[in-house]
Amino acid sequence: MSTAPNVIEVRNVSKHFVIHKEKSLKERVLNPRQSRRYREEFRALDGVSLSIAAGSTVGLVGPNGSGKSTLLKTIGGIIHPTSGEVLLRGRLAALLELGAGFHPDLTGRENVYLNASILGLSREFTDRNFDAIVDFSGIGDFIDTQVKFYSSGMYVRLAFAVAVHVDPDILLVDEVLAVGDEPFQRKCLDRIRTFQKEGRTIILVSHGMDQVAEFCDRVVVLEHGRVVADGEPQDALSVLRADFDETRRADLERQREKQADDVPHARFIGVGATTLADQSLRPVVGPGEKLTIAMEIVADEEVRDWTLGVGITTPIGTVLFQTTNDMLGIELQPLRGHHRFVLDLPHLALGDGDYTVATSLYDSTGRELHAVPNACQFSVRSAATSRGPVAMTAQLMQTQ
Amino acid sequence: MSTTTAQKRAERLAQEPLRPAEPTYSLFRGTLANMRDIASRRELLGLLVNREFTAKYKDSALGFVWSLIRPLALLLIYYIALGKFMGAEKNIPSFAIFIYSGLTAWTLYSEIISIGTSSVVNNSGLVKKIYLPREVFPLSVVGSASINFAIQLAILVAATAVTGKFPTGSRWWYLPLSLALLYVFATAMALLLSATNVYLRDVQYLVEVALMILFWASPVVYSWQMAGNALAASRAGGRLLEELYLANPATLIVLGFQRVFWVAGSDRPFPADLGARLGTALAASLVILWISQRVFARMQGNFAQEL
Repeated sequence: MSTAPNVIEVRNVSKHFVIHKEKSLKERVLNPRQSRRYREEFRALDGVSLSIAAGSTVGLVGPNGSGKSTLLKTIGGIIHPTSGEVLLRGRLAALLELGAGFHPDLTGRENVYLNASILGLSREFTDRNFDAIVDFSGIGDFIDTQVKFYSSGMYVRLAFAVAVHVDPDILLVDEVLAVGDEPFQRKCLDRIRTFQKEGRTIILVSHGMDQVAEFCDRVVVLEHGRVVADGEPQDALSVLRADFDETRRADLERQREKQADDVPHARFIGVGATTLADQSLRPVVGPGEKLTIAMEIVADEEVRDWTLGVGITTPIGTVLFQTTNDMLGIELQPLRGHHRFVLDLPHLALGDGDYTVATSLYDSTGRELHAVPNACQFSVRSAATSRGPVAMTAQLMQTQ
Repeated sequence: MSTTTAQKRAERLAQEPLRPAEPTYSLFRGTLANMRDIASRRELLGLLVNREFTAKYKDSALGFVWSLIRPLALLLIYYIALGKFMGAEKNIPSFAIFIYSGLTAWTLYSEIISIGTSSVVNNSGLVKKIYLPREVFPLSVVGSASINFAIQLAILVAATAVTGKFPTGSRWWYLPLSLALLYVFATAMALLLSATNVYLRDVQYLVEVALMILFWASPVVYSWQMAGNALAASRAGGRLLEELYLANPATLIVLGFQRVFWVAGSDRPFPADLGARLGTALAASLVILWISQRVFARMQGNFAQEL
């Protein structure tokens, strides 16, 4: 597969939106100069270039308004870029919205044909696959009922069933995988995996980081219309995670400023993880080694009844382990001035990989005083016999 | 098995040239590419026409009969109010047939333009989410309006047979000519106006008003004779006014229809060389259609963000 051709080439694409605040003829004709002043330019995409090889599954992630959907629509030919160009190979299908073009007054059957045709399927193809579509949707006898009488779940399931029977080389998916009940979701995800095995290229926009990490072999992070990270899911997602943490911290800071008076000032000024053998900034923990997390806290005024929390997460933010002094049954003295704490983790039951330490301070009411979600990192390199973040000893034997 | 599927796909894709994600805008090649694009989606066009038509009267008991009742009610109003009360009937033999032949043409014309104008905006859900040649929306309006028209035309033909004045001979030649003009011009307008309506919603209201004026500016409920006399009698540039009046495609179309179906009015004056006028208008409309399509293609790039 190393010779896989590029199916999508995005070349230096920019998209500017002009936001008109007034849209009536009167306003434009009467004072054209004024209307120019009311224009506001917004850069949804800013010089984005990407090449995507056939057969890859690419996740597009980023905060709201970062240009993910605009990029997807540009690739889909729905939006014309202001500058730059998008080149494609092969058949493209876009699942930007399920049931786009469903007409409530038509029956399920009529809508299947209409929707299939909108997605570019021929009548014969739909005829041949009609039973499979109905079967996949699980709609059964309701297929000849008008769609307006469907429950929202049924509606979406039928729409998805049509969509997955499209036979594209490139599939664009925008936040539509999380539909239906759990068995149906599983069915959808299985279908996506089949698509991957068949060498179809999938571009996925999602806020579900776990989903992206699970499916994609490449992740592109967009921010303010620019590509800020592009590569292995783990790396790219940790960039995004750090970003979200930064946003959240800024939010908290702002909140704190507002209620500055009644919240005591206590914060971490340093957190580090070390082992006996490795005192570097990002230690590597070998098999059977003890991990020590050292924390330095400063409090401007006295803080009583406080709680110290320490957690370990994966780079994309899944919490693996969390503890507090309360859980450990340890009373802490009131804070004032400079303090140091050390948490020892002698049996680190973690598998190979990179991990992040998160620390937090709470007051007696459970209010967060300070949190550092990405306090420090460490890696685990063990003689692992397994995959995944949890390390366990395992024995396999034949019993019969 | 699965790897070979994947490999085959990769091999096939490697053979394909890269193509731009959206249609080209070049003047002549663009037209051809657009037409191919639309032609490849004709099945969808058929389904959209079907959707417009079936969904419209889905839950009504009388169904599509309603689409006949409207023009028939109009016919009745004009026949009684204008024909009987105002006495237009005296100067126009078989007044009902006269009105109905004009009305049939006018209904198709105005439906294509007025519903066509809002067609892209009405389908904004699709325009924003899926790439289609957007021309299919105004074109599907042309299709569904044609179904109504076909039924009305059948009634008109039946009515001429019942009244014993079935059109015969060379007068039929006016039908394809005026129909072609109607379709080409109305489609051109629908394309142009539906695209502009996306940017400026005032257009759809403007079109309503314009169509109302144009209805009375075409000889649907009065005869060309009456209008022609009045125009010629006006002091300043009567000849020019008459030419202006006849430059309206709707007028020519209505006159063409009357020339075919209004057998009783064969001896009445019609504008000189109506056939030539229709032909000229058709040629001009074809150019307008092409320009409209180009404008539409140019404007559709920003549809998704404007809706």
